[in-house]
Amino acid sequence: MDELFYREYILEHYRSPHNYGHLENPDISVEDDNPLCGDRIRVDLKVEDGRIADVRFEGKGCAISQASASMLTDAVKGMKLEDMLRLGKDEIMENLGAETLAAARIKCATLGLKVLKAAAMRALERAVEAEGQRP
Amino acid sequence: MIAGTPHTTDEKAERVRADFPLLATRTSKGKPLVYLDSAATSQKPRSVIDTVSSYYERYNANIHRGVYEIAERATEAYEAARKRVAAFFNAASTDEIVFTRNATESINLVCYTWGFENLHAGDAILLTRLEHHSNIVPWQLLAAKTGAELRFLELDGQGRVVLDDLERKLQGVKLVALTHVSNTLGTIVPLEQIVPAAHAAGAVVLADGAQAAPHLRVDVRALDVDFYAASGHKMLAPTGIGALFGKRALLEAMPPFLAGGDMIRRVTFERTTYNELPWKFEAGTSNISGAIGLGAAVDYLQTLDMTWVREHEVALTSYALERLAAVPHLTLYGPKQAQERGGVAAFTMGDVHPHDLASILDAEGVCVRAGHHCTMPLHELLGLTATARASFYVYNTFADVDALIEALEKAARIFKL
Repeated sequence: MDELFYREYILEHYRSPHNYGHLENPDISVEDDNPLCGDRIRVDLKVEDGRIADVRFEGKGCAISQASASMLTDAVKGMKLEDMLRLGKDEIMENLGAETLAAARIKCATLGLKVLKAAAMRALERAVEAEGQRP
Repeated sequence: MIAGTPHTTDEKAERVRADFPLLATRTSKGKPLVYLDSAATSQKPRSVIDTVSSYYERYNANIHRGVYEIAERATEAYEAARKRVAAFFNAASTDEIVFTRNATESINLVCYTWGFENLHAGDAILLTRLEHHSNIVPWQLLAAKTGAELRFLELDGQGRVVLDDLERKLQGVKLVALTHVSNTLGTIVPLEQIVPAAHAAGAVVLADGAQAAPHLRVDVRALDVDFYAASGHKMLAPTGIGALFGKRALLEAMPPFLAGGDMIRRVTFERTTYNELPWKFEAGTSNISGAIGLGAAVDYLQTLDMTWVREHEVALTSYALERLAAVPHLTLYGPKQAQERGGVAAFTMGDVHPHDLASILDAEGVCVRAGHHCTMPLHELLGLTATARASFYVYNTFADVDALIEALEKAARIFKL
């Protein structure tokens, strides 16, 4: 990877992340970290009709992990949970505007997605459980 | 530039550099390699690479077994390497040098044999706050199993070990396990003050020399340490080979560590008598090529002369500390004087995360480590999650420090600090 990765908008997202903080009464909260480098991200979700109605994140770590999470939260608002679960490394790289990243840094870039997916999975599990309890 | 020795030591370092084939390579972007991560692992000189190849090409055979010519040659080379390592550390006898995989295994060997035999509930183990995970986790396991207590020597504002309360802290201590040189702050721990006090209190002393053996003249008899652990790969040798020095009386009284071939004298289905020192602690086929490579590595270091190795390190570290201190937004950790530290400089720069810093430096061909360097508790104590670390060795020059500073300035521009 090279210095071209650290473009203006990446630094903006790093220093002034979008959708940063907590949601009041979130439907789902999930936190995860990358113990190798200490990057940490927590995500709050509001889910309505199987879509992400609102999202907030909070975290600590490198510019790649934090900017990537910030851009991702912008992108997934209003998205169906199922569609979000289909996002992968390629979409994250496209989001970041990066062609390549060192293998060790891809984990940083995808940490936000990993946490969001865990939250979406939990939301879908809850929906299935609720379905089962209906009279 | 610092007055005095730097020019002369740097001229020699330029020549030394030519002995390391990897340092002549370039990155995929065509940048010359500026290798500043020797505290993680050192590069290898041609003589070590050739010695290892020569074993595989000319006399690869198992040791202590075969009666044929190449087997005898392999055994001789393996034991000659032990002799070189014993001389390097000034051990009284080759019986006191056990080949291990690395310093971690050396420490674990002492933990699982001497430690489990001698530590009981109510005993204490004294460490410092500087320790690498490899000199904390084994003792946590031992403490949990035996009910022994872990204690720590505190640090001052420059990361130097506070010795004011040493005698009080030593009360009830059976083992003092401490690093000789910190891999994060570079602090040189004053063993010459701690070891006599520990012995007076009846404690045994293990020093983790992973970061010291490559850089300082280590004389285990002068230091009077009971155990000394070293990793070959940080001192120009291949990975997977290390050494444990232990005083003969202690090693003799210790039960074996790993059990199997080579560590035995006689085995029946019912019982086993163990081999003599040091083979009692070398079960199974050893890392023969690694040990022979380690012998070549200490030969190389002794040809350089460990006095020069340290002189050059002090000159280079002084220069690096001076230049790093002048970089805006940069915070340096550890002792301020180069004489009080090894060739390690850990730092942070503004709000640039150390991993981002290391990535930008990588684009310039500058290799530094970013993260917690296996000292998470120390980083927590400093209120940090990660630092960037540049570390120096015999082949680094003042020009490498200049390249580091230039790359840091570029990182500052990219991040608009």
